[in-house]
Amino acid sequence: MDAAGGRGAGMIYRFNFRDVFANFDLLLEGLVLTLQLSALTMAFGLAIGISGALARSSGPAPLRWGARAYVEAIRNTPLLVQIFLIYFGLPGLGLKLDSTTAAVVALTINLGAYATEIIRAGVEAIPRSQVEAGLSLGLSRLQVFRYIILFPALRIIYPALASQFILLMLATSVVSQIAAQELFHMAGFIQSRTFRDFEVYLVVAGIYLVTALAFRLIFSGIYYVVFGRR
Amino acid sequence: MIRDLTWLDFAYLVYAARWTVALTALAFVGGGLLGLLIALLRLAPFAPARWLALGYIQMIQGTPLLAQLFVFYFGFPIFGYQVTPWIAATAAFSIYASAFLAEIWRGCMQAIARTQWEASAALGLSFLEQLHHIIMPQAIRIAIPPTVGFLVQLVKNTSLAAVIGFIELTREAQITTAATFRPFTVYGIAALLYFCICFPLSELSQRLERRLRVAR
Repeated sequence: MDAAGGRGAGMIYRFNFRDVFANFDLLLEGLVLTLQLSALTMAFGLAIGISGALARSSGPAPLRWGARAYVEAIRNTPLLVQIFLIYFGLPGLGLKLDSTTAAVVALTINLGAYATEIIRAGVEAIPRSQVEAGLSLGLSRLQVFRYIILFPALRIIYPALASQFILLMLATSVVSQIAAQELFHMAGFIQSRTFRDFEVYLVVAGIYLVTALAFRLIFSGIYYVVFGRR
Repeated sequence: MIRDLTWLDFAYLVYAARWTVALTALAFVGGGLLGLLIALLRLAPFAPARWLALGYIQMIQGTPLLAQLFVFYFGFPIFGYQVTPWIAATAAFSIYASAFLAEIWRGCMQAIARTQWEASAALGLSFLEQLHHIIMPQAIRIAIPPTVGFLVQLVKNTSLAAVIGFIELTREAQITTAATFRPFTVYGIAALLYFCICFPLSELSQRLERRLRVAR
């Protein structure tokens, strides 16, 4: 051990990033899955968030309670436990998912709850008079939501939603624990082959950082395109 | 050997939840102290200090907690310190919490009307005196609800410490599952225990926020 890496107590550690960068293609492969997981989850999560906010703000009572229970159950339990429940727990009930599918399902259910709560806040920030004006024009509740509330509500909560999406991208690292082969899983794989644990996780942290900054740029771009002209 | 799931297993899970709470408390204290310092640096009337604090926050908020945990867990031995999962987890979670608390608290301090800063400056108070006598007493009131809200995040995120072998609720659930092979029940119980810790905190945070809105 000492001769190979200089890891003994009192010895000076020699950093060796070469072995990590020799496996950089594996990291990139993992990054691709991380991005795919993030994109899929964001799309599904946004859909759930919008329907959830609709249900919570203007649905019939049972639907409102259902949406509330969903949001509270997810927001008050850890993502890791949710992932384990879906990947390890559901097969006992006869539903077996492979690790990537389980990852998308767990992440979507998780993000959906946060998105519901965020979008609901935006919906509630729309002045009541606008809703009443819409209803008095003869629009149905659904039409009021679709044509009057949704767009300005999304605009109000856009920064919060974008932050939540970036947190989600970082949280995809957790699905490495059910061996979905995303970036963090690949880091573990390289670690097991090279024993360069510290270096691997430093590089991987750097990749996540760059990705997070890139997402932030993309999200401000999207804001400009969607809400900017006015 | 697969054995039956008994009430004793349930008791062990409850017992392990204590370490979840303990780790949260340690990280909250460590993260709170560090976070306060970072928040002050973010507002300091000295640009390089502000950049340093901003860089720190961007770095921590832009990397996964899991990566931070691993960097600490594998990083300490490199510098000659053999650490237990306790120390690695406490350090990583404190750093993680500090970045988020710093941003929350900075926001609260900046939410205090600019005229308050200006008035206290006009009275000849220094930056720290302004903070201590004028800004802080007002900022603390609005800081409490989001801080309690972050505490919920912290409780949930301590579950990741299971990955480096820290025995808390989630790790205990993994161990119990391995012995009994009843993942749905065991992780269900774990989720329920987390819910019992987090839900009251979430409600408290929301109630405080509502009261604050009424008070304004």
